[in-house]
Parts: sequence; C-alpha cells; structure tokens
Amino acid sequence: MERQELINKVNEALAEEFEIEISEITPDANIKETLDLDSLGLVDMVVLIEETFGVKIKDQKITSINTFESLYDFIQEKIDANA
Amino acid sequence: MKRRVVITGMGIYSCLGKDLEEVTNSLYNGKSGIIFDPSRKELGFRSGLTAHLEVPSLKGVLSRNQRVYMPEQANYAYAATTEALRNAGLEQDYLDSHEVGILYGNDSSADPVVKSVDALREKKDSTLIGSGSIFQSMNSTVSMNLSCIFKLKGINLTVSGACASGSHAIGLGSLLIQWGLQDCIICGGAQEVNPFSICSFDGISAFSIRENEPTKASRPFDRDRDGLVPGGGAATVIIESYESAVKRGAPILAEICGYGFSSNGDHISVPNVDGPSRSLLMALKEAGVDIKDIGYVNAHATSTPVGDKNEAKAIANVFGDYKPEVTSTKSMTGHEMWMAGASEIIYSMLMMKNNFIAPNLNFENPDEDSAKLNIPATRIEKQFDMFLSNSFGFGGTNSTLIVKNIK
Repeated sequence: MERQELINKVNEALAEEFEIEISEITPDANIKETLDLDSLGLVDMVVLIEETFGVKIKDQKITSINTFESLYDFIQEKIDANA
Repeated sequence: MKRRVVITGMGIYSCLGKDLEEVTNSLYNGKSGIIFDPSRKELGFRSGLTAHLEVPSLKGVLSRNQRVYMPEQANYAYAATTEALRNAGLEQDYLDSHEVGILYGNDSSADPVVKSVDALREKKDSTLIGSGSIFQSMNSTVSMNLSCIFKLKGINLTVSGACASGSHAIGLGSLLIQWGLQDCIICGGAQEVNPFSICSFDGISAFSIRENEPTKASRPFDRDRDGLVPGGGAATVIIESYESAVKRGAPILAEICGYGFSSNGDHISVPNVDGPSRSLLMALKEAGVDIKDIGYVNAHATSTPVGDKNEAKAIANVFGDYKPEVTSTKSMTGHEMWMAGASEIIYSMLMMKNNFIAPNLNFENPDEDSAKLNIPATRIEKQFDMFLSNSFGFGGTNSTLIVKNIK
C-alpha cells in the first residue's frame, strides 16, 4: 500500500469514528488530544485499525505512540509484517 | 419527621409521543401506538405486534464519547430526562453544586449483549468487541450513563424490579427524600424495544396474536383479551423535598403521598390477588387517605387473561362499593415493562392536570371480574385531584403509588 493511500485510509476511518474533521489530523498532531481519546477510546482505535487493515495489534507499543506520523509508521510495520 | 415529597418536572419519550404535549394529545384522543412489525415474524416470533417509536438521534447533541456507552433505552431516557430537567428548572449549574441523585428503573439490556457475543463468536477475539459494549450491556446502563452526562453527585442506582421497576424507583426515591437522605432525585424507567429484548418473552406465549388488528390487540380487562403487546421508551420525573422545591422556586406539580409494596410469595409468572391487595392497602395507609379520596386508578392491567383478572379482584376488594374510574393506559401503549411504572405516573399526571381520563381502549365486553369495576371505554372529562397507580412484575413484585395534585 502506498504511503499516501495508507494515510488517507487511516485519517478517513479515524475522522468518521471519532467525529472530527479530517483537516484536524496533521502528521505532528497529538493523537489523544486530537481524537479526545481516553483509555477506552484507545480500545476503539485499535479495533478500528485492526478491522480497517486486517492486522493484529497485540503489543503495547500503540499506547506510547503520540503523533499521527508515528501511527502511520506503526501500521505500515504491521502491514509489512503480515505480507 | 417525614418530609413531603413533590414532583417538580416530568419528561417522556414513548410510542404516544416524543414529549409531554404530544403524549397528552395522544391520551386525550385515545391514539394507540401499536403496530404489526413483519420483521419479527421473519425472526421467528409468535407475535409481530409491538409499540412503535424511533430512537432519538443524539448525534450533535451528545459527543461521540458520551453516546458510545448508551444502548437504545438510554437514548430514550436522555430525551425524557432532558425534558424533565428543563420543566423542573434544573440547569447544569445547579446539578454541579448540589447532591442530585438518580434512581432509574431498568431490568435488561439485551441488544448490546447479543451484539457483543455475536462479535466474539465471529471474530474469536474479545478485544474486537469495542469499548462501549460493557457499559451498554449492564442493567445499570441508564443510571450510569445519565449520571455521567449530567454529572450527578447524589445516589446513583438502578432499580430492577421487573415490570414494577419504574414505580419502585419513584417509591424508593420518595423514601430517601422523606427521610432527609436526598433533596432531589431524577427518577424514572426505561425499556428497550428491539426484538432481542423480548424474544424469550414472546416464546412463553405471553403476547397477543391479534395481528390483523394491531390497535385492538392490547385490550386490558376486556373479556376477549389474549395477551400483552410489548412497548417501551422512557419516562422521567424529578422528585424533591417540598422545602427544596420552594427554595428553588420550582414548579410544584403534585405530591407523592403514598408508596406501597409487597411480594406475592407465590408463582414466578402467575400473579395472585393477595399480594397486589396488600400493596394497595399499604399505599393507602402510608398516604393516610381514604379510598374515596382517590379519583382515578391507573391499573397495571397488561391485557393478559390471569393478570387482569386478579388485579380486578384486588381493586374490587380494596375499593368495595366505591367505584372510581379504573383504566389501563397499556391499551394505548402496550406494556412498557421496566418503564411502565414511571410512564404511567406521567400519563396519570397529564390526565389529572388536564381534567380527563383517557379511554381504556378496546374494553368492549367485561368478564365477571372487570364487570365489578368502573372502566370507561371512551374518554371522559373529569376533574380529580388524587390518583393511585399500580405496577406489578414477574416474581410477584408489587408497587403502588398515590399522587396528589398541587395547583
């Protein structure tokens, strides 16, 4: 999957689920602040990513990811590992 | 010294309307909210009859993080409670700075349970169920959601007493206020309407199968009744101490002057006469009123053969030769179950405030027990200042409330 395609897919899914404008998502923005995520919201973000990309996110690394740029990298790693 | 308990606000969302005004019009015009839902037959239901109402859309009203924990009936309860708080003149500033509580009747939350188990079976991974399901699935879902949304600081509790849940919630709330433990409580009852919530109820042949005439299917006290029709929604009353209401300058609509309760100590589904009779007598004793003070009896009568018969006997036993009008609003709404005890207080309040008694629809021929009661099949114009409302439930739980008008 091309990088931009991945970014668009992540942003569209997150914007719809967490009811924000896509324009609010920028690479350096803080994920938890932008999406208004608490620990329960994080559970739903994981579900969304797993279902959108068909990957499994079992490690705890996701809880320490702060920016969207890091999230794209994390998802790309999972996709590559699955390939 | 017991304190007086008054009602200062009401709100409702039911098959008769989305607010007090719509519901008053439906009651006055004897409009039924019952339909035939073919999708229930496709699922394998014995009866496709149900009350009809739409789930209110709260997107844009509440945030995603508030809505994600709310099942169907919590949406109804939010709508009803918002109306009740507004009518009581209770704003967020007041809720933030006082110990306002919530006691809400609810006794199931089937839809999210079904969906979470379906997801687990399909995906074989509990982490894919999502965060909302656990909070949507619990019986206490309504009180937990509303207490967080409105940031309540008083008692926070769900009352699960089968089809008397809403009535017990109001009764127990009134006791807490009487004894000075709370000043103001949001009380009510909510009932989910989705088919999963009542498929097992349908399975014990409790529902009417008069499917060719949906609006005639719920016929409490009528000789030819053949079962109840499931309904739902939510109803909220704001109750508070008289002193609190006066201090706030709140509209004082009525006084809860009697709460009676009992348990049949008998069969799990078949009601008897003694248990309900004791509940009625206790409410009258607690209220300290004579039966002749009661201008209207809002019966529990659900349109089941045995239930209506035994309630008719209990009412006749208690009231003797004095025959106030007795009706069951379930003839219009179907059985609103966990919500019914609260909604029927509001239906009765609306009638009392507007000087009429809504018709007991479809009461065409009495049986030998209902013939002993004064049951109007058409609306009557009547001024009354006190009513009694019965609610009974599986397991033999009974609740009776007596409410007095304050003008």
